[in-house]
Amino acid sequence: MIQLEQVTKTYPKASRPSLDNVSVSIDKGEFVFFIGPSGSGKSTIIKMLLHEVTPNKGRVVVNGKDVTSMRSWKRPHFRRSIGCVFQDFRLLPNRTAYENVAFALEVIGKTKAVARRVVPEVLELVGLGGKEHRYPHELSGGEQQRVAVARAFVNRPLILLADEPTGNLDPDTSIEIMRLLDRINRTGTTVVMVTHDSNIVNQMRRRVIEIESGRIVRDQARGVYG
Amino acid sequence: MRMKYVLSEVLVGLWRNVTMTIAMIITMAVSLTMLGASGLIYTKVADMKELYFENIQVSIFLKADITEDQRADLATRLEADPLVSQVTYVNKDEAFQRFQEMFRDSPDLLSAVKADQLPESYRLNLVDPQEYKAISEQYAAVEGVDQIVDQSQVLDKIFNLFTAGQNIALVAAIAMAIAALLLVANTIQVAAYSKRREVAVMKLVGASNWFIQAPFVLEAVVAGLVGSVLGLGALIALKTFLFDGALSALQGLFAPVTWGEVLLTFPLMAGVGGLISAVTAWVTLRFYLRV
Repeated sequence: MIQLEQVTKTYPKASRPSLDNVSVSIDKGEFVFFIGPSGSGKSTIIKMLLHEVTPNKGRVVVNGKDVTSMRSWKRPHFRRSIGCVFQDFRLLPNRTAYENVAFALEVIGKTKAVARRVVPEVLELVGLGGKEHRYPHELSGGEQQRVAVARAFVNRPLILLADEPTGNLDPDTSIEIMRLLDRINRTGTTVVMVTHDSNIVNQMRRRVIEIESGRIVRDQARGVYG
Repeated sequence: MRMKYVLSEVLVGLWRNVTMTIAMIITMAVSLTMLGASGLIYTKVADMKELYFENIQVSIFLKADITEDQRADLATRLEADPLVSQVTYVNKDEAFQRFQEMFRDSPDLLSAVKADQLPESYRLNLVDPQEYKAISEQYAAVEGVDQIVDQSQVLDKIFNLFTAGQNIALVAAIAMAIAALLLVANTIQVAAYSKRREVAVMKLVGASNWFIQAPFVLEAVVAGLVGSVLGLGALIALKTFLFDGALSALQGLFAPVTWGEVLLTFPLMAGVGGLISAVTAWVTLRFYLRV
C-alpha cells in the first residue's frame, strides 16, 4: 500500500537531511504510528505521501502509484484516495458540520444528492448524529476533530493520514478519537498516524516506527512509545 | 451544480471586495477605450489615405512669361508621361475663379488680388501618388516651369499628426493596461487570501485545479468584460458628443466614423480585456496558490 524505498530528502538551505535513506513498507489495512521528537522528519513523510514534497533520492509508492515521478496535474485525482486529519482540524468556520463534509464531496464533483445520502451516514459513524447543523465554534475540540475525520473518510479513501490528530485534545477526548480511527481501520482503511502522545501509542499496541534525525531507529510490530 | 457553485463564488468574490472591483473595472475601461480609439484612428487614417491619395494632384505652376511653344511642348510631354494618368490645364481665369471660391469669406484678400496675378498651371493626377519626386525632378528644370507643388506633402504632415494621436492613445492604453493588470493581480491575491481556508481544503481533498482556479479567473474576466462594455459606452459617447457634436464642423475633413465601426471595436476591447484579465489572474494564482 505504501512503500518508501531509500528515501532521502534535504530541504534547500538545510544543513542535514530531514529524511536520510529511509525505507518503510506498510501493507493494506495496517495501523502505523510514526513517533519521534519534533523535527525528526515525521511530517516530511506525511507530506511525501500527499505529494506535497518530493524526495531528492529514492522512490515513494502509494496505492501502487509512483509518487516520485507523478506530474503535479495528477495530484488532485491522486489525493482523492487519501484522507487527511490534522492537529488544527482545518474546518471551514462559516459552514456547519454537514456543510463541511459535503463541501469535500461537492468540490470533487459529487452531486448534492450524493452528499445528502452519504454525509449523514458518515456523521453518524463518527458519533455526531444530531449535531449536523452546528457550526465549528458550537462544537467541542473533540467534536470538531470528528467532523474532520468524517470529512477525511466520507470519500472512503484507501489511506487515512493523521498528523498529530490528538495534539489539541485532552486525554479522554484523545482516546475517543483513537477509537474512531481504530473503527475506520477495521473497515480496511490503512491508517498512518504521526504523534507525540505516548499514552495513546502505549494503549493501542500497534506498529510503531520511531524516527530520529531523519533515520528509522525502531520498527516494532506491537510497540510502545518507549 | 458545479457551474452554479462557480458562478455564485464569482459574484460573491466581486462583491466582497467591491471597491477594488470598481477600481479594476474603471482602469480596464479607460485602457480599453484608449485601445478602441487607437484602433479607430488606425482604420480611419488608412481610409483617409486611400480617399485623399486617389484625388491627390501635383500642380505645375507656369512662369508668367512662358511662350506658347514652351507650353505646348510641356503639355505633350506631360500627356505622354507614363507616370501621369490625367492632365488638366488651368488658365488664369480659371485660377482666379478657384481663388475667389476658396476665399469668398475674405473680401479683403479678394480685392487685393487681380485676375492676371495668378499663374497658369497644369494639374496632374499621378498613376501612383508616391512618384511625386520623379515628376518633380523631371519637370523642375523645364523652361517656363515656375514651381511644382505636391499636395501629398501637405497631407503627409496631417497624417503624421493623426499617427501621432494614434500612438499617444496606444501608449496611454498600454500604461493603463499595466495599471489594470496590477490591480487584477492584487484583487486576485486579496480574493485568494480571503478564501485561503476553502482553497486549502479543496487542495487537500483533491479538487481539480481548474475548479479551484475557475472562480478567481472568472472574477477577473467578468471585471474585464464589464470594463470593455464601459469602454464601448465611452466610445459611443465620444462619437455622439465630440465627433458628431463639437467637431461636426470638421466633418468634411475626416473620413466619417460609422456606428458599425464603433461597434466593431467591441470584440477587440472585450477580447483584449477578457484575455489580459484571465491570463493575469491565472499567473497570479500559480504564484500565490501554487495550484
